[in-house]
Amino acid sequence: MNEHTLFDGNTQALIFGLQANAIQRMLDFDQACGRKTPSVAAVINENRDGFHKVFWQNSEILLPMYRTIAEACRRHPKADVLINFASFRSAFRTSMQALGEQSIRTLVIIAEGVPERRSRELRHRAQQNGQVIIGPATVGGIVAGAFKIANTGGTLENILESKLHRPGSMGFVSKSGGMSNEAYNIIARNSDGVFEGIAIGGDAYPCSTLMEHIERYEANPAIKMIVLLGEVGGTDEYRVVEALKQGAITKPVVAWVTGTCASLMPTSIQFGHAGAKAGSDQETAAAKNQALREAGAIVPESFDTFDRAIAETFATLEDKGIVAPRKDDEDLPPIPMDFKQASAAGLVRRPTNFISTISDDRGEELTYAGIPISEVCESGMGIGDVIGLLWFKRRLPEYASKFIELVLVLTADHGPAVSGAHNAIVTARAGRDLMSAVASGILTIGPRFGGAVAGAAHMFKEALDAELSPEQFVADMKARKKNIQGIGHRIKSLRNPDKRVELLKDYARKHFTKTTFLDYALEVEKVTTKKKDNLILNVDGCIGLLFLDLMKDLDFEEKEIAQVLEAGGLNGLFLLGRTIGMIGHYFDQNRLKQGLYRHPWDDILYG
Amino acid sequence: MARKGIREYDAKRILAKALADQPAQVALVSPEGRLTSMVGDHPWLKDHRLVVKPDQLFGKRGKHGLIAVDLDLAAADAWIEKRAGTEVTVGSITGTLTHFLVEPYRPHEMEYYAAMRTTMEGDRIYLSAKGGVDVEENWDQVTTLEIPVGSDLDRAALRSRAADLFANEHVELMARWVADLYDLFVQGHFAYLEINPLTIVNGVVHPLDTVAKVDDTAEFEARDVWGDLEFPTPFGRSFSPEEQHIADLDARTGASLKLSILNPDGIIWTMVAGGGASVIYADTISDLGHGHELANYGEYSGNPNREMTHQYAVTILDLMTRNKDPKGRKKVLLIGGGIANFTDVAKTFTGIIEALREYASKLRRIGVEIYVRRGGPNYKTGLKLMRALGDELDLPIHVYGPETHMTHIVTLSLQHMGGAQ
Repeated sequence: MNEHTLFDGNTQALIFGLQANAIQRMLDFDQACGRKTPSVAAVINENRDGFHKVFWQNSEILLPMYRTIAEACRRHPKADVLINFASFRSAFRTSMQALGEQSIRTLVIIAEGVPERRSRELRHRAQQNGQVIIGPATVGGIVAGAFKIANTGGTLENILESKLHRPGSMGFVSKSGGMSNEAYNIIARNSDGVFEGIAIGGDAYPCSTLMEHIERYEANPAIKMIVLLGEVGGTDEYRVVEALKQGAITKPVVAWVTGTCASLMPTSIQFGHAGAKAGSDQETAAAKNQALREAGAIVPESFDTFDRAIAETFATLEDKGIVAPRKDDEDLPPIPMDFKQASAAGLVRRPTNFISTISDDRGEELTYAGIPISEVCESGMGIGDVIGLLWFKRRLPEYASKFIELVLVLTADHGPAVSGAHNAIVTARAGRDLMSAVASGILTIGPRFGGAVAGAAHMFKEALDAELSPEQFVADMKARKKNIQGIGHRIKSLRNPDKRVELLKDYARKHFTKTTFLDYALEVEKVTTKKKDNLILNVDGCIGLLFLDLMKDLDFEEKEIAQVLEAGGLNGLFLLGRTIGMIGHYFDQNRLKQGLYRHPWDDILYG
Repeated sequence: MARKGIREYDAKRILAKALADQPAQVALVSPEGRLTSMVGDHPWLKDHRLVVKPDQLFGKRGKHGLIAVDLDLAAADAWIEKRAGTEVTVGSITGTLTHFLVEPYRPHEMEYYAAMRTTMEGDRIYLSAKGGVDVEENWDQVTTLEIPVGSDLDRAALRSRAADLFANEHVELMARWVADLYDLFVQGHFAYLEINPLTIVNGVVHPLDTVAKVDDTAEFEARDVWGDLEFPTPFGRSFSPEEQHIADLDARTGASLKLSILNPDGIIWTMVAGGGASVIYADTISDLGHGHELANYGEYSGNPNREMTHQYAVTILDLMTRNKDPKGRKKVLLIGGGIANFTDVAKTFTGIIEALREYASKLRRIGVEIYVRRGGPNYKTGLKLMRALGDELDLPIHVYGPETHMTHIVTLSLQHMGGAQ
């Protein structure tokens, strides 16, 4: 590569800072240019190493990611550009590191707000090492058809419209990065397009000057004409004036210095850039435009004719045969659009992999079954109402929510001896965490423990649907050698009734319009208790049957009831309720600092 | 913004804190305070004869009779109370006096000059034994000392310059003091520091008048040197309620929203995206001879959200539809901009469109021609929305994209007004 060339079609850059969009924009540009290798070699991310996933053409590739500039440079010695996205606070430190690497020829500093004194030091260091810095406070620059710095040129659509995917013969340099897209557009429409464009950044002390880039353009035979967009404030443009006067610039220069309106402004208005602040008469835009004009640059009367000045100057080069005649641009192979972008533009659609209908977290407010969470809270809904919304997608009347809450209260715990609590306790004592202890307890819930809620509902519903009399039902089950789920208790009996069942029955009789299933079960109980005193309707059965009654009361359709039963939905009540107790047992064991439990040998019959 | 002027009070406070044997005798009277109630914090106020002057980033105070010397506390207080809140004109700028610097009065014989500034290549120190108001007339007697970037101050060279300039008994003191001052200049990220004059009383250097600018981007490095430092608005700059409203919005967001009213009776109003483009629109209006008709300068950038752009647009539309042009001309609204890099054009337009809808009937009544020019992400949708809005609201909205030169809508609008060139 020649000294006047900073970037060509083989240039690779290291990116400091995980700037996913900027990196992808560079790689998409590469494809538009027909580059064979990606223009990004690796990413430096001080927080994480590994890989960064990007699109390269139609598929994905991994870019290596390192924690330090030194390692990235060691692994990628051919990458001679470092694009530094560090914040204004760390831009100096990281830029000094980059300048300390021999493999780095060009450093780009994106950050705005690097202290002026630090910028000067960076410039000084780079000059000592023979390196070039673009920035700070810049969007960067571009060599058309070869290499693009970060977000320069904007969207791919704009890059193609401004012909930045193939070389023209114009060299462009500006202070402002914000106007560079516009300038590339103007140049593309009024000449054969840009060969190279650089925005040096808006600071008072940029690390490379307008003139230094113009010198490179003058030395580069591919560039035939120079376009300069200067700014009010500073004296950088006068270096160009001097060079023009001395004949050091032989190529035509079309120039405009912005900020001619400064005299209209109140004293304190400062334009966006630190450099754009005229300190003396010499630094005004009008003075600089006049000096450039007198030195031989082509300077229009206003920005409004900047385009014509470029077109006319370019036409003279065409007439003289200095630039080749313009050809129509070939059609480009289409560049895949990002799905997100295409989707936003309504160009693509795709089937979803998930459907969800109970809650939605996308909007400003979370909703449960379409009801905003604030309404849920402000209308005084309780956990029973929330279960109604999230399990059954409906607002429950108060008596129904209260019934659910009653069930939760009654099933919350049943002492440490039952299998769920026992498992939770043993697991807690083995030093496992809360989740493991509760999971271990939950795993015991099934047909023998707790699961009778669903089982009972199932059996009794079948029997009622088949219009079996209680006696027929009991006989039928006996013939099939099946226990009737929800019937029977180890300890409780007719004479020693389960208080929980009594509470549930009372509540239902008071609030439900009908208790068809409960009544039926109590008839069954009359049959079974004749055989044995403890074959009573137990709490699981009672919950299951009352829930069936509740669903009927709430006008659930048969289909819905069947779905709830089929999904084992009623076990959810027991699962949810009992989890409260298991968490309690876990906390209890922790507070008591109980050690590992080992079951005693003498409690095991070894066969 | 990088370089910002600071109050003389702050400059002297920073100097006193950083330099050995500096008198820390300086007080600032702000609109919230009164000199007589500051004696507790500044006991020296009652022991010294005093100097009083406004401290609001403007110079030539002596010429405008705005320095009083050799006053006692009561007289100094009376002097301030008489002037606080009054308007004065300095040069071409009129403003209200709000802040006053008070320090001990030091009768003196000799006045030296010391100044420092940064340049692209390094730092420059200016020294002269002929300080005071005439230093510019005696500029040939000012010595400069360059400290190139990457080098330290050459103390031997400084001493020999001091020996050439200053009275024998001051050479060592001045060489040491200037070296210390330069250290502070570097540590404190000053961009400019001028002490004119300084005097020496009993072997101590006293800065009598100080002007300073610091690089405010270096706040994170210089915080300890600066202490509690505020950046005052320049003298004479006051904000209209609308300008203040936009400044407040600007402070609330990561995006940028700026508004300055130049001429509320002007007929050309601008609502331009981007700092660079907004300057160029104002330039072009001015260069084509219509600067006097330009009502406002401003810009929005950095992808402001819909709410922000809406409020920004409402502020401008409200201002421009308050009165008809007395000469009966139509007004012009330029919704301009270059080709954006990140900003979603359609999205920012939705806020402006909402505002235009709210002001449609006012805009029709006042008579406003609207010109739109913009490019960048999603610009086609944005322009389509604007075109549709013109039809919907029966407003003359002329819409252009990147195929039209950025400032062409300025010439088009001027032609419409019948006032091109």
